[in-house]
Amino acid sequence: MTELHISISAQPIFTLGGFEFTNSMLVSLIVSFILILVGYRFSKLIKRRKKTGFVLFIQTILESLYEFVSSITPHQAGKFFPLIASIFLFVLLSNWAGLLPGAETIGLLKDGYHIPLFRGGTADLNSTLGIALFAVFMIQVEGYRSLGAKYFKKFFDLSNPMNLFVSFLELISEISKIMSFAFRLFGNIFAGEVLLAVIAFLFPLFLPLPFIGMEIFVGFIQALVFATLTLVFINIATTSHH
Amino acid sequence: MAAEIAAEAANQAIQVASSNVIAGLTIAIGGIGPAIAIGLIVSKALESIGRNPEASSKIQTVMILGVAFAEAIAIYSLVVALILKFV
Repeated sequence: MTELHISISAQPIFTLGGFEFTNSMLVSLIVSFILILVGYRFSKLIKRRKKTGFVLFIQTILESLYEFVSSITPHQAGKFFPLIASIFLFVLLSNWAGLLPGAETIGLLKDGYHIPLFRGGTADLNSTLGIALFAVFMIQVEGYRSLGAKYFKKFFDLSNPMNLFVSFLELISEISKIMSFAFRLFGNIFAGEVLLAVIAFLFPLFLPLPFIGMEIFVGFIQALVFATLTLVFINIATTSHH
Repeated sequence: MAAEIAAEAANQAIQVASSNVIAGLTIAIGGIGPAIAIGLIVSKALESIGRNPEASSKIQTVMILGVAFAEAIAIYSLVVALILKFV
């Protein structure tokens, strides 16, 4: 009977000098290209004022995202919408990319081991850590844009010892946001992949179907939670306190 | 000589078995807290929707946020269990 091979880190497909190019990186690149192509084509068609089915479909998605963003930040939705929608769409497509036929199955054989060519983009802790660092960095940038240099007073309040302690805790909580974002997304998507691998290993006929359905749902919810949490933290960071 | 090899093999077997048990216990114990927390969050949300059905979409958004925070703790312990089992 064949064995079950699960690797917690993304496997490298080829190496350039010291840099290992992994299968999750490949899928992230493909997802980015698809998003750029769709955006480019959509902007071309909008400029020529043609209303094809594709344009209406993309408009529906964008409008529901915009309504969602303005339900949380009513007055500043226009400022934060591009960032939040980009995070949401990239994380959503990367989560779902690991469920397509061909993910984890098409691969190379390197000295007896099967290395899959495609693995979900967010099933690699490096990718989720990168997106989390970017999101928390953008929270600080938006806070600085709205409040100026006073925003950083939040982290270094020297007025009395109590405020010093509280502001130090705020600094620690910003760093813990990075870890929380990264591990929440990675844990959900990687655990889903392990679950699908184990179910397919045990009973491949019809049993994986409800689990793939659940993974589609979990991928959508995790993308929504990532974008919503980023938006809520930006909202907190841009409101002045006094 | 044969007794030492047998003792070494028995030690290895006990190590492998106990590491599997520890990985299972990690996720089992780590899932108790978040499960209770999510139950409390959703029950309070349902209560407040029942009291005020008009605010239901606001309550739903905040509830999903709270559930994501609570679930993240369970995911941390799942990641530790996976690392123990597969690395």
